[in-house]
Amino acid sequence: MNNPAKDAAGAPRRTIDIVQSSLKRRYARERRFRLLGATAVVLGMSFVALLFADIILKGYTAFQQTYIQLPIELAAEAIDPDGTRDPAVLARADYMKPIREALREQFPEVTDRGDRRLLNSMISVGAPDLLRERVMADPQLIGTTQELWILADDDIDMLVKGHIDREAAEGDRRVKDQMIGWIDRLDAEGRVAKHFNTIFFTHGTSREPELAGIAGALMGSFYTLVLTLSLSFPIGVGAALYLEEFAPKNRWTDLIEVNINNLAAVPSIVFGLLGLAVFIAFFGVPRSTPLVAALVLTLMTLPTIIIASRAALKSVPPSIREAALGVGASPLQTQFHHVLPLAMPGMLTGTIIGMAQALGETAPLLMIGMIAFIVDIPKGFTDAATVLPVQIFLWADSPERGFVERTSAAILVLLAFLFVMNLAAVLLRRRFERRW
Amino acid sequence: MYSWILMLVVLAVMAGAYQLGRRRAIASAGGPKHIKQLHSLPTYYGLYAALWAGIPALLLMGLWSGFQDRILIALVTAKLPPAMLDGLSDGRLSLLVSDIRNLATGNIVSAEVTPEIQAAADQYARLGVIAQWSMWAAVLAVALAGMAYAWMRTRPQMRARNRVESIFSIIMIIFSSIAILTTLGIVLSVLFESLLFFQKVSPLEFFFGTNWSPQIALRADQVGASGAFGAIPLFTGTLMVSVIAMLVAVPIGLLSAIYLSEYANRHVRSTAKPILEVLAGIPTVVYGFFAALTVAPFIRSLGASMGLDVASESALAAGLVMGVMIIPFVSSLSDDVINAVPQSLRDGSYALGATQSETIRRVVIPAALPGIVGGILLAVSRAIGETMIVVMAAGLAANLTANPLDSVTTVTVQIVTLLTGDQEFDSAKTLAAFALGLTLFLVTLTLNVIALSIVRKYREQYE
Repeated sequence: MNNPAKDAAGAPRRTIDIVQSSLKRRYARERRFRLLGATAVVLGMSFVALLFADIILKGYTAFQQTYIQLPIELAAEAIDPDGTRDPAVLARADYMKPIREALREQFPEVTDRGDRRLLNSMISVGAPDLLRERVMADPQLIGTTQELWILADDDIDMLVKGHIDREAAEGDRRVKDQMIGWIDRLDAEGRVAKHFNTIFFTHGTSREPELAGIAGALMGSFYTLVLTLSLSFPIGVGAALYLEEFAPKNRWTDLIEVNINNLAAVPSIVFGLLGLAVFIAFFGVPRSTPLVAALVLTLMTLPTIIIASRAALKSVPPSIREAALGVGASPLQTQFHHVLPLAMPGMLTGTIIGMAQALGETAPLLMIGMIAFIVDIPKGFTDAATVLPVQIFLWADSPERGFVERTSAAILVLLAFLFVMNLAAVLLRRRFERRW
Repeated sequence: MYSWILMLVVLAVMAGAYQLGRRRAIASAGGPKHIKQLHSLPTYYGLYAALWAGIPALLLMGLWSGFQDRILIALVTAKLPPAMLDGLSDGRLSLLVSDIRNLATGNIVSAEVTPEIQAAADQYARLGVIAQWSMWAAVLAVALAGMAYAWMRTRPQMRARNRVESIFSIIMIIFSSIAILTTLGIVLSVLFESLLFFQKVSPLEFFFGTNWSPQIALRADQVGASGAFGAIPLFTGTLMVSVIAMLVAVPIGLLSAIYLSEYANRHVRSTAKPILEVLAGIPTVVYGFFAALTVAPFIRSLGASMGLDVASESALAAGLVMGVMIIPFVSSLSDDVINAVPQSLRDGSYALGATQSETIRRVVIPAALPGIVGGILLAVSRAIGETMIVVMAAGLAANLTANPLDSVTTVTVQIVTLLTGDQEFDSAKTLAAFALGLTLFLVTLTLNVIALSIVRKYREQYE
């Protein structure tokens, strides 16, 4: 105020004039800033939309699978010459031959050996196994000729789904011109169809995209999560209860508290190193099993659960505790009978979030051998297994176009589980939310 | 003979002990009518008996399962002819042991089966069965003994509740110490392996060398396997990817936090915030897939159309996607601190005639700055430690480059590539992963400690 602004002529200007003259600029700046913020929000939201759209578009076709209908002659003398219907005999029979013969009958003009091989390659290498399962489930089929839907090879599947560019030069695509002609002919006869892909949900992984499924990874994830939950929930709740309610305020508990906060921010891969060095190398826990995965994931999710549980305990008003103590409950009874039930929804929410984190975790599991190629579906906690995110990682590395589709589909399944878990956490919080 | 069946049996014994202890307590008081004679509620006598039956038995079972295999292997290898063991390196010995184990369990064996190995495997299998049965017997005996002990001690004067509660508090103390043990485990496991590594490779070379090529020559004349462990290219690669990620995450995260907490109405806020937070819940492997299959090819073709040469696995693709992943961390942490700035500061600024954006830029942000910086530091630590996105999208080549369109590799990528697959546990190659892990742990720990203390200190300021 001591130095009032002067205009060009040197006469003093009133503050109101200065403000007025700059107002337009300031309002424009205000609008720009506001727009910038809104853009950031929209940008963030469009990333979410883009991510989901991309994965859904890449993956939704994997829920269907191409089959070719062929009249298969299941000759009794080829499959079961003695007519015993002995499962061992049925299992040993050659099921590739009837499929190939049926295919040859469809295209009698194909005689060249190379072309024959090309023709046969339209059928999945797993088709005979599927036919075997079918025959063994229903031995009545033997001796008859059935119109059966036979699993097509992944290249044919990709062609039918339109993922292969028909206009590209023949050398640039995996399907030869001849095969396109055959498929189009079969299609015209109504012998090509897309059915719901049950293999994807019932089979373990495979090198062949059309035979690869997520059942093994799902079971592996299931065992891992069950064990993680049964270890981390009691430990997390117990630790939170002690730290929040019983622990004396001293250096030791301070140390624990700082520790827990830091552990929550330690990179997950470091937990993998811990698992490798301590659980596998030192304690000799078998590699690649849900057991060791659960141990690592328990240590990883514990901080999340402890922090959430402590917050839940904090939100229970002291009057509850005082009332319980007042009527003569011991401190532990106060906690178990009065405080814990009230804090439980918050603790469960934290646990579900921790489990969701564990379900999606990949990096530490690579360290402890969950990356192994395991076809069998695990049957217990100590069977070699893989988990869903690791399966996604492994498939994402495969060059075949069919695996891109399956990876996206597996991601969709994983996201669906995560969505359900998060929904459960939100509902739980809403349902039990309570104002004191 | 699964051990979980034994676990179930022990649990059943515990349930039985509970019932027995309860009944015994009531009976010792002289029936349900005289229950007042008891020091504690009957339930506590039951729990006391159940704990006595269960805890020692389960402890024994855990120890037994942990050591059984080691003891069996020691016994079996002791019986092997000494000629077979002479001059075997540790790696060879463990291969032999795993062959014996595989043979006994019917798995595929790596080497030819000699009669000695077959005999050892038979012995291993035989001892295994004996050990399993003796474990059952021992565990059940301990469980029953514990139950009997509790049963004998159950009398009306016994302070069952106090005893049960002290057992519970001991258990809770053990549970809360697990966090400390985990940290200790991390530090010790990476530290010991790293020390072994630094005996083979000088720390000077590791921290300041510019050539990273961890392939160790197995033969003297092998080409291209020099075994160089200069980690500078990894550090710069990590730094570059993190910087790109922060360039994406900080502006978008901070601006959306400002918009959502200062401008947006309640309706917009309550829909936009959860949608943004979805980004934090998506598994990183999904981001990796997205980066490798959608973003990287897009950037590549974009670069090609502008005449630029972009590597198919570029630092830019990994960094961009990682930035998207980190947006919600930055935005929700900033949101917290911005909301914690008291309204009176804003009102004061408005009273002086400042516009809303001027208030935000000159008053709110400076007041919230320490908290925001803390949040950003936490996000940086997350970017440095992130694995899957860079494994899938950043590449393996250790280039020392400043060009974000090139392929770079990061610390976490190298840890993964060094440790997946089969290798000996004490080669410099494997140990290098632990040295990298130690570096990663220390760097992120420092960042976290600083960030957490800033956030914590700041949060208390206005309360």
